Amino acid sequence: MMDKVLFGDNQFFAVNHLSDEKSREQAIRFKDDASIIRVLDQARETGINTFMCTTHDRIANVCDHMRANPDEYREFQIFPCMPYAHKYANAVTELGIIGTVKQYVPGNILSTFTKGGMAYLSRDFIKLMEILVDAEMKMFKGIKTPVVFIQNVVVDLILGLKFYDFFKEYDKYIRKKYNAEPGYITMNMPALFEALDSVGIENPIISSSINKIGFRMSGGIEIYEKYLNEKRFRPIAMQVLAAGALRPREAVEYLSRFPRIESVLFGASSKAHIQETKELIEKYLN
Amino acid sequence: MKIKAGIIGLGKMGLSHAAIVNTHPDVELTGVCDTSSIVMDAFRKFSGAHTYDDYKKLIDTGKPDFVIVASPTKFHFEMVKYALDRGIHTFCEKPFTLTLKEGEELVRLAENNKLVNQVGFHNHFIGTFRELKRVLKANILGELVHFTGEAYGPVVTQEKGATWRSDPQEGGGCLFDYASHVINLVQEIIGQPVRASGSQLKRIYSKNVEDAVYSVLTLENGLTGILSVNWSDETYRKMSTSLMVMGKKGKIICDATELKIYLKEADSKENMDKGWTIKYITDLAIPVDFYLRGEEYSAQIDNFVDCVLKNKQSEINSFAQALSTDKAIDLIIKDSRNNQ
Repeated sequence: MMDKVLFGDNQFFAVNHLSDEKSREQAIRFKDDASIIRVLDQARETGINTFMCTTHDRIANVCDHMRANPDEYREFQIFPCMPYAHKYANAVTELGIIGTVKQYVPGNILSTFTKGGMAYLSRDFIKLMEILVDAEMKMFKGIKTPVVFIQNVVVDLILGLKFYDFFKEYDKYIRKKYNAEPGYITMNMPALFEALDSVGIENPIISSSINKIGFRMSGGIEIYEKYLNEKRFRPIAMQVLAAGALRPREAVEYLSRFPRIESVLFGASSKAHIQETKELIEKYLN
Repeated sequence: MKIKAGIIGLGKMGLSHAAIVNTHPDVELTGVCDTSSIVMDAFRKFSGAHTYDDYKKLIDTGKPDFVIVASPTKFHFEMVKYALDRGIHTFCEKPFTLTLKEGEELVRLAENNKLVNQVGFHNHFIGTFRELKRVLKANILGELVHFTGEAYGPVVTQEKGATWRSDPQEGGGCLFDYASHVINLVQEIIGQPVRASGSQLKRIYSKNVEDAVYSVLTLENGLTGILSVNWSDETYRKMSTSLMVMGKKGKIICDATELKIYLKEADSKENMDKGWTIKYITDLAIPVDFYLRGEEYSAQIDNFVDCVLKNKQSEINSFAQALSTDKAIDLIIKDSRNNQ
């Protein structure tokens, strides 16, 4: 079982879906890694033990701090979400796809491509995926990472392109190499469930927007509710406050209608907010 | 029966379009074309779409009902022309073409052949900008006195090697890539620029192209405002575009996440109080069936497909509108030469 409450990292990296201005305030407030660690420690003081975060460069510094203080962080675990997509997206705009692969993939994987013909191709792509996963996972060495997620921009791109075999290979690799559960973040939960099901991935961990105004619930709230009620998977609810459009109490009350929701992901910057939201989640989610 | 789609050019935008088109219930992605072997290999290996290394073959053999052209800008003209000549509806990525002459020919061709045409200025499918256009049309600000159009982001943040995006002859640079979005928004929401003055195309890290664009624009209605765009600003996590419009009755600041309206007096027709009213994207987003990077990318394709199915021209982002944007870009380039 995952913890009921997962602490997110959007507030640390100037991600605010409602206001660019708030984003900037956050960027200023969390300029130093120490300010991030301080809020994480406050979250731990309220009893939160899972940090679900992107593989942003600055998380590497947080990991260093954890490794340097092993006793303090013994109970603490991280759910990495890879990749930190803006790094790649900005690179692709400037360098193109091949240029980006060349910049970020160690060694010379591209030279092995297309030489061997179709039979070798799948192996090459799997190898490329594995190298990218390993590069992103490096910063977590020595830290508990029981679930490893792919970010929605990658999941949803693969989903749209219908390259479902990638999911299968990712699933296999995370289990084998990291002894962890693979997880998937998506803005298209019902479609992703069907895609994973089609390649034999059972009872997957899927993190998706779940909120009563249907914000970022593609295809509409009805089909989401149907899948939450009827399908066998381990849902994590995110964007539960719909970027701030909902009050915490009504947001969490809505989640309590779906007993299969295993965890709720949320981020906050003040201890009072963290405490309040955590208590609400524990009260309403069984 | 599903309509058949082909995609030419599988860079960032082409791949994104491919994923979106592929999930559209009325469309079948039948062909993709690119010169990169690794991307083509991935399609060959994992997808059912035919792969082509020549766009002409995609069009002649695959016979799609529509194509999406997402290649580097310098190829837009020949590829779009080839498709239009063969009666194929065409969606083209921005910026439209490298020269006005080419753009004019494509506009004429699409209109003569009665083909659906659209360009990827996706900001018009973001709910906040759409709402800005609506309230300005309702005249809530009264007579307009000033505007600013801005976009900032972290594309080129250090000095390094060259790609087509750093070649001014190939449609590279901040003006074509970033500023075109802002100019297009200004043109469609506030008014068409007819004069540029004080224009600066500034290099910061790039050797051959500008990283920032600053200009004073005069619109056809006489209104003047400021364009300020910089793609070398790493204080932004991603591209961030905004418009500010000031009128005698108030002011509006609009970006992709919120619309902030200040009114000197209450507006009963719009049901808005005196002072600030904030409208959020959570209430304004256009619902989509598939989401990748933003509702606007799916919504623009939904619009295009809908127009193809109904065989009617899109009112949003037509080739003619994109040509108007290219004309404004041309004004800025010419003016910047006077200011060197």
